[in-house]
Amino acid sequence: MGPHPPPVTAENVVIDVPGGPGVATAVQLDATVYRPAVTPAPAVLVAHGFGGSKDSVSAQATALARRGFVVLAWTARGFGASSGQIALDSPDYEVADARALVDWLAKRPDVVRDAPGDPRVGVTGASYGGALALLLAGTDRRVDALAPEITWNDLAQALFPNAAGQGSIPSDTPAAGAFAPNGVFKRDWAGYFFGAGPAGPGPCGRFRPEICAAYVQAATTGGPTPQIVAMLHRSSPATVAGTITAPTLLIQGEQDTLFGLDQADATARQLAAAGAPLKVIWYAGGHDGAPPTAALQDQVGDWFDYYLRRIGTNPGMGFDYQVQGIFGTRRDLAPRTVHAAAYPGLGSAPVQHRELILYGTPQQVVRPPGGSPAALSSLPGLNVLRGGAVNLDGVAMDVPGQSAMFVTDPLPDPVEIVGAPRMRLRVAATPTAGVPPTEAVLFVKLYDLGPDGRRTLPGGVVAPVRIGPLPAGGGPVEFTVTLAGVVRPVQAGHRLVIAVATTDRGYALPAQPAGYTVSLGDDAHLAVPVVAGEQAAGPFPTVQLAGLGGLAAVVAVSGVLAALRRRRAEDADPGLVEVPLVVTGLTKCYPGGLTAVDELSFRVEHGQVLGLLGPNGAGKTTVLRMLMGLIQPTSGELRAFGHRVNAGAAVLSRIGSFVEGPGFLPHLTGIDNLRLYWAATGRPPADAGIDDVLAIAGLGHAVHRRVATYSHGMRQRLAIAQAMLGRPDLLVLDEPTNGLDPPQIHAMREVLRAYAARGATVLVSSHLLAEVEQICSHVVVMHRGALVAAGTVAEIVAGTGTVSFTVDDPVHAAAVLRGLTGVDVMEVERHVVHAHLDGLPCAAAVTALVGAGIGVEAVAARQALEEAFLQLVSGEAVE
Amino acid sequence: MNAFGAAPGYRAAATLPLRVELVRQLRRRRTVLTLGFLALLPFLLLLAFTVGRDDRNRGAATLVDLATAGGLNFVVFTIFSTANFLLVLVVALFFGDSVASEASWSSLRYLLAAPVPRGRLLRQKAGVAALLSVFALVLLPAVAMAVGVLAYGAGNLVSPTGQSLDFATAAGRLALVPVYLAVHLAWVAGLALLLSVSTDAPLGAVGGAVMMSILSQILETIEALGDLRDYLPTRFNSAWADLLASPIDWTDLASGAFSGLAYATAFGLAARYRFATKDITS
Repeated sequence: MGPHPPPVTAENVVIDVPGGPGVATAVQLDATVYRPAVTPAPAVLVAHGFGGSKDSVSAQATALARRGFVVLAWTARGFGASSGQIALDSPDYEVADARALVDWLAKRPDVVRDAPGDPRVGVTGASYGGALALLLAGTDRRVDALAPEITWNDLAQALFPNAAGQGSIPSDTPAAGAFAPNGVFKRDWAGYFFGAGPAGPGPCGRFRPEICAAYVQAATTGGPTPQIVAMLHRSSPATVAGTITAPTLLIQGEQDTLFGLDQADATARQLAAAGAPLKVIWYAGGHDGAPPTAALQDQVGDWFDYYLRRIGTNPGMGFDYQVQGIFGTRRDLAPRTVHAAAYPGLGSAPVQHRELILYGTPQQVVRPPGGSPAALSSLPGLNVLRGGAVNLDGVAMDVPGQSAMFVTDPLPDPVEIVGAPRMRLRVAATPTAGVPPTEAVLFVKLYDLGPDGRRTLPGGVVAPVRIGPLPAGGGPVEFTVTLAGVVRPVQAGHRLVIAVATTDRGYALPAQPAGYTVSLGDDAHLAVPVVAGEQAAGPFPTVQLAGLGGLAAVVAVSGVLAALRRRRAEDADPGLVEVPLVVTGLTKCYPGGLTAVDELSFRVEHGQVLGLLGPNGAGKTTVLRMLMGLIQPTSGELRAFGHRVNAGAAVLSRIGSFVEGPGFLPHLTGIDNLRLYWAATGRPPADAGIDDVLAIAGLGHAVHRRVATYSHGMRQRLAIAQAMLGRPDLLVLDEPTNGLDPPQIHAMREVLRAYAARGATVLVSSHLLAEVEQICSHVVVMHRGALVAAGTVAEIVAGTGTVSFTVDDPVHAAAVLRGLTGVDVMEVERHVVHAHLDGLPCAAAVTALVGAGIGVEAVAARQALEEAFLQLVSGEAVE
Repeated sequence: MNAFGAAPGYRAAATLPLRVELVRQLRRRRTVLTLGFLALLPFLLLLAFTVGRDDRNRGAATLVDLATAGGLNFVVFTIFSTANFLLVLVVALFFGDSVASEASWSSLRYLLAAPVPRGRLLRQKAGVAALLSVFALVLLPAVAMAVGVLAYGAGNLVSPTGQSLDFATAAGRLALVPVYLAVHLAWVAGLALLLSVSTDAPLGAVGGAVMMSILSQILETIEALGDLRDYLPTRFNSAWADLLASPIDWTDLASGAFSGLAYATAFGLAARYRFATKDITS
């Protein structure tokens, strides 16, 4: 499907159909026509399930219209906004309605016609809608393809099942049921659906009176009367499926205690006999599980594409079943689908059986009066409400004394049960309260018993049997039980257990107490159907592999582009190879308008110790980061030894740097940090000079401790040592004495002087003016990102000379000094007087002060550079 | 001095060798603890199964029942219970932490000024993170295999859908599971790497990638999204289970590999571009 699915228009219509026998007025059906982008097109009727309406199939209808079908969805009579009464898919009412809808489609110009009055049309639907699809196809030759889902073959058998066969039961197909007469009323399901019918006046709601009366009778007596059986039979595809020749995709659920696999099996046998092209799918879901999935509905769409639009590949005539696994349906444990070439027994080889020996002595079981307490096998309707979210395999429980158990040996190898197992059972009457029962009502279940004692009832299904008459003398009756069809992988080491229970909560039970003796038949085998098939695997993943190739191409192209970009970035000026650093017009603007560095230009010559001086925030660190290639200049450039500095420029290997604090791996020792750092440069270990720099760091044995334990000063020294690794030609240090104590500061000065003296160049940034004055030969003064002054320290300091006197009486001292010729008192602090001596010898000033009786504690030349600096930055705060 | 102005002995292609980066990472406590925990996990699971053994209610079989059916099933359970979160977390940790932790230690700028070219730094970091991730993805099932076989025997593997595979075949299939997970989880690696170069907080990068995985898994449960969910990066999280089917169904595996690598490529290229052009201010 492309990103823009073809447009579908939906139009609400009301279609009048004849009321049918005994109904005087026409019935209005509330319908929606979904039109594809291109017409005329073949049509598909989509029928809804019991209790639903045309809206409950709108997603499926839209999807089919998108494929290119004219889709008609309608609300069945008696439901939703349609008028009329519910007649349970009666040929006289609902099925006649559907035929009228085919007539209606035949008149539409947007529907393709095979002949006048004969539109090309398919029909699909689930449950109530599925039976309608079969009944319509069986009574209207104009239907060209159909896809009934999770529906009944014989409604009388579905609601009054009897799995006890005394005659011959077909055994070629995997899930053939006994379909014996006089079954046990499936009370919970029937009640659930009668209750799900829409409300209306009176106790019968919108049901037709005969339906209502039949339900009331069945619910109160529990037994099928011939009238009820006849009525349900009329609503059954079994009556017409033998005439259907249209291609049929038959979908049935493996978790379905309402319409079991035996119902679809019976339909499949009839269709095959009639010669209809047939494909059968059993999926992990059903009335007790999830409704047919979107993937299944896609298969329905493919079916109609092939048979109505004559496009697409032939969907074939095989048999798919899904193995749900032992944890129920979960998205992350999707069922696996097995594909068999054909549905066994339909013109192909009959289904295979594994014969397993059952063990168990004859056992006495009783049915309590009123049939309560009763065994639990499933919870009808629960998953209709819960959207199939509940795994019901584990709810089954039996009441002690009410069930006989027969068990196999642990399986030597795994067996996958696909269909209805069968076995022979014997039942004899045990007199209860002196009265032996005349017939037996029993429920036969198949458990998967794990070696840990855990029992699972696959699908929650049971096979009810009603067998009689039982010989009054207590003699046994032997019969064949076709258990409910399941798909169940049974692991090696597990046993299969047959439980024969007298009660089940889902069914109407005789109220009289009864006792039976249950034993295995002469043939104590459990015949388990198995269907060999191939696990359905997706097509060869061509698209994905092509995609992987595409990805490889993208990566390769981007790699080549990156290499080209790197090559372009190489830029050297041969005239500057001897100059350690030339900064030209360097500007860095940050997003938000802050200009950190503004048209800065300066030069550092070989052998200089250059101080980059400025207050905090002047942009010094930004310059140094650009010098390390960490920040891209907005404009301008830096050249180190003639090579332009970019991110990762090779010339950076000649620069050692320490900027904005140390950066070490805290979990490594100091020496390991240095070693690994050097190893990361990829340069020869011999070039590192690691012992030299360790001597400079002066950490002693602390280098063998983890850096996390270091003090700030120790890290600082280690970082400066790291910057000196490999004797870089240009050493860049940012505030190197920050955090060092005075002796360390002194030592650091000596180290830097010595370093420069050996022919290297040093660039030191600082806001400590005295430091720059003492260490540096040259200075560049920055303020607010711009160059303020540059030159030798002497040049900058020239013409200034301020002395600070620490005295006991500063006010008096200031007066004395002012009296001396040419002296200019700058500032008076608490104990200090700063004065500009303007050439007067310092000693003369001290003499004058002492002469005036003032105690002079100290005399110091005030940081001359600070002076200059203060003047240069015109009174801005320094700290 | 060579043509590019480099110091003697400097070659960009020799910087930050994998061996060096591996040593830098392996000596971190978080690496050792993570790998140690993965090696310990199968023992914890075994202990949990042994302690909680007396629960004999008659409910449906659970994954745990299957886990104790044999050594190989124990491995499958271990992978199943870790693939959607724990292994995602481990991959996110190794990749998300790679660059961001250097930034948080301020050591990133010194590596870049060494200089380790940015593209190379990212490649070497990703390479070592990938090595550690693959090692983790192999370590967990390998330990689980040893623990499982000792505790539950070398029986057949029974798949969640009831198929049985003999020991040798199943062990071979299980060996492919880490391969698939490594390829599929590449999307987590790519995303974590992108976040790692975008933030100085390692926790943010690791957490961001894990959050995206959780978000994707939440979106996956929203049925209304329909086919759009096929484009979620976690859509094929569990496709490794197809390796245990007979025959192997390659469709989802190939889709998962493509999905993982497509996201990884997009995230990876974005990470490289971002890292190559960003100003390093940490």
